[in-house]
Amino acid sequence: MVDIPEHLLLKTAEARAKALGISVEQALAEMRGEAEPTKIEKEPDVIEVTPIEVEVKETPAPAAEVKETPAPAAVKEAPAPAPEKANGQVPTEVDFAPETKVTQRLLTVVKAKPIQKPTSEPVDKVNTWPHLMLPEFISLMAMTAFLIFISAILQAPLLEEANPNITPNPAKAPWYFLGLQELLSYWDPQIAGVMIPLLIGVAAFMAIPYIDRNKENKPSKRKYAIMLWTFFLAGAGTLSLIGILFRGPGWNWTYPWIDGVWFDDLLDWVHFE
Amino acid sequence: MKNEKIKFKDRLKDISSGLGDSLKESTLWGSIFRPGSPFRKGYSDSPRNRSYVVMNNVLYHLHPVKVKRHGVRLSYTLCLGGLSFFTFIVLTITGIWLMFYFRPTEMAYVDIQSLQTSIAFGSLVRNMHRWAAHIMVLVVFLHMSRVFYHGAYKAPREFNWVIGVILLLLTLLLSFTGYLLPWDQLAIWAVTVGGNMAGYTPVFGAQVKFALFAGLEATEATLLRFYVLHVLFFPFIIVIFMAIHFWRVRKDGGISGPL
Repeated sequence: MVDIPEHLLLKTAEARAKALGISVEQALAEMRGEAEPTKIEKEPDVIEVTPIEVEVKETPAPAAEVKETPAPAAVKEAPAPAPEKANGQVPTEVDFAPETKVTQRLLTVVKAKPIQKPTSEPVDKVNTWPHLMLPEFISLMAMTAFLIFISAILQAPLLEEANPNITPNPAKAPWYFLGLQELLSYWDPQIAGVMIPLLIGVAAFMAIPYIDRNKENKPSKRKYAIMLWTFFLAGAGTLSLIGILFRGPGWNWTYPWIDGVWFDDLLDWVHFE
Repeated sequence: MKNEKIKFKDRLKDISSGLGDSLKESTLWGSIFRPGSPFRKGYSDSPRNRSYVVMNNVLYHLHPVKVKRHGVRLSYTLCLGGLSFFTFIVLTITGIWLMFYFRPTEMAYVDIQSLQTSIAFGSLVRNMHRWAAHIMVLVVFLHMSRVFYHGAYKAPREFNWVIGVILLLLTLLLSFTGYLLPWDQLAIWAVTVGGNMAGYTPVFGAQVKFALFAGLEATEATLLRFYVLHVLFFPFIIVIFMAIHFWRVRKDGGISGPL
């Protein structure tokens, strides 16, 4: 049986107190069984309703107790049985003639529960065709156009034939490894060349979803994660830019606008001089 | 005179539309384009047909019939995942084309030279392959950043993020192995620097370097090794992981969000 909410108890107690001429506290105490029920000299006119079709769960002998709460005022005050009926849990199907005096008491309060439980919220969706496939197609076309355009105006570098005996100075890795090559100039190669790319670049990246247990995806609720990634981007970007543009012969610091770009991948199309 | 012109135009239109109609009514046409295809006769834009377009299309393997409204906004994904895949396709097409003219031997450098000078569109296709490769590395990395900023790696998408990191690694490896193939000074020394970095691996650094170079330093044996890795091995692996990646995107409930 569901606990009767406090405000309903109080309401019932007030009605009972009004009907019997006792204090509300007294009525409450009686209802809780802490005090003896008030004796009533004059039995009110109560039509005893035999609940033939009534099926009251977990409530002992409702008909017998009807006498206890007499006053018609209680009818108005007590919660109507209608919402309970709507739930289908207490099918109290009792037809009262309008002129009869009926007393009621609160049997139980059944919390409203939906019959069907939705497992997921409905999502606002649109047709893939044309709303997704058309923009995709347009962006593919734009990418193709961009690629053909830059391929027509920018020549891919091709230096002299490979010669293991002539080492260029500086010898630079592809641009996406130049941040690492820059780190290599600060730290021991075992740390910068292997441990950092393997442990941070691979293992830590893969472990991110298992480390970050914050379930929120709103940026305002994951400031720490966003800050960390932004730091990583800034760091990797800075190191790569230094490696690409600011390192010359002997891995010494050079300025691209003074000494030129010492990166042959950009040879034919970046000119500062 | 003017009237006649219009008549002629109209007649031409009638003939062409009549031809089109009879073509579209033919058994051959109907067998090629499944019901719901916009190319079938009598296609009209209705919600039912919009669903059919996707359902009766090979792209149904990639896209569901309906997608979340916020995911369609260009500013949400910037199309980065799709562009990563598309650059891969461009690289495959241009790469296959380049394979007709390239030998991974001591002739490699000569082949690249003749590609640039004496083969029609050789220079353009080579440039496209190279710039698309750089763009792919960049776009894959940007896609990863986008996914991070949206928190899209969170449950139930944790494992798809792991596959994504593997795809990034494979992209870098593809790019790196391709870097050697022109067999010029830029290629050999960039790969030497990279291979030497791998040589610093603790315990079995020398073995890693030996396996990578097929010897102690970058030689023509390295060229053949990188060529096979570049045109066969890594593409094969990356396609498998891409298939799992795309499949998981849908299994994990489509695009993440909204924020």
